[in-house]
Amino acid sequence: MAELYERLREAIVDERPVALATVIEGPNAGAKLVVEPDGDIIGTLGHSELDRIVTRDAVGELAAGRTGVRHYGAEGQARETDVSVFIESFSPPPIMLVFGAVDFTAALARAGKLLGFNVIVADARSVFATVKRFPMADRVMVAWPDEVFDIYGDRLGPHDAVCILTHDPKFDVPAVQRAVATDVGYIGVMGSRRTHATRLERLHEVGVDEKGIDRLMAPIGLDIGSRTPEETAISVCAEIIANRTGHRAPSLRDSEGPIHRPPAEG
Amino acid sequence: MKEILADLDAWRAEGRQVALARVVNVEGSGPRDPGAAMAVSDNGDVIGSVSGGCVEGAVVVEALDILESGERRMVSFGYSDDEAFAVGLTCGGTIHLFIEPLDW
Repeated sequence: MAELYERLREAIVDERPVALATVIEGPNAGAKLVVEPDGDIIGTLGHSELDRIVTRDAVGELAAGRTGVRHYGAEGQARETDVSVFIESFSPPPIMLVFGAVDFTAALARAGKLLGFNVIVADARSVFATVKRFPMADRVMVAWPDEVFDIYGDRLGPHDAVCILTHDPKFDVPAVQRAVATDVGYIGVMGSRRTHATRLERLHEVGVDEKGIDRLMAPIGLDIGSRTPEETAISVCAEIIANRTGHRAPSLRDSEGPIHRPPAEG
Repeated sequence: MKEILADLDAWRAEGRQVALARVVNVEGSGPRDPGAAMAVSDNGDVIGSVSGGCVEGAVVVEALDILESGERRMVSFGYSDDEAFAVGLTCGGTIHLFIEPLDW
């Protein structure tokens, strides 16, 4: 009793990926499997072959971060619909790496938390990278981009985000270099169009190729006329969402002219 | 279910009977994706949500019934065009919920 719930709960609290498979229609409605990424299970859906097939599918769904219903025969057969199984994936929160402990960082860290990100703020300058300035971040690191990517680089995937706010080539060039070498879904780089043009030259010099450059959202954020750090944070987070869903939204990268132009008359 | 975990723990610690309702499928336009969850305790307290507030009242009724009978089941809510006052989603979609006692 409660063993399944406890196992599931522990994994979620410890931020380990876990899937819960529940029979929702067919014999044994309510029967469950708790499935870990390596295929370890507890529980049963009532038949060992069904358990085996659902475990295989749950591992795949978990890796893709998908949640939904799949149908099987009573013994796990494909193309049969006797049993409906709801496979729910619980993935650890996505990661947002924010480089640069600047004015905009606190607002972006707050907005990132609102979206459920595990927010890590990094800056090499110990005076600025303090927990006191960024109490909302999950972690504040006094570190160069290389050190941060050594820790988090391999963990970054399509749901994660890297936001580079330093607009200082000393920091953003190495940060971009390391970011484009990961599978991260979003890379935003702050700075004016002129700053970015200079940055592009430096990036080319250090060997970042066109494919890497194409992944950069720079200037960072949507073209919604943001001015304050809070408004900019919203425009960056909205761009992260649009980037993930593939929906069309007006990114600053794809527009022209001043980022902070006066409001339209009217 | 993540969002209601802390509250679920508290209820369990108090020894309350709990019914868990999870969105398993959404057809057409729906406010919450599969995995959205709410829970109802035996004294009618509610945590979480499964829609934009359109069907939660009806889910509480179903959940209390399921706590009493112990019978887990699928419950669906769709757009209630011909029954203006029936429970439904105003956004035109259909959501399918699995509601069960949290006895596992």
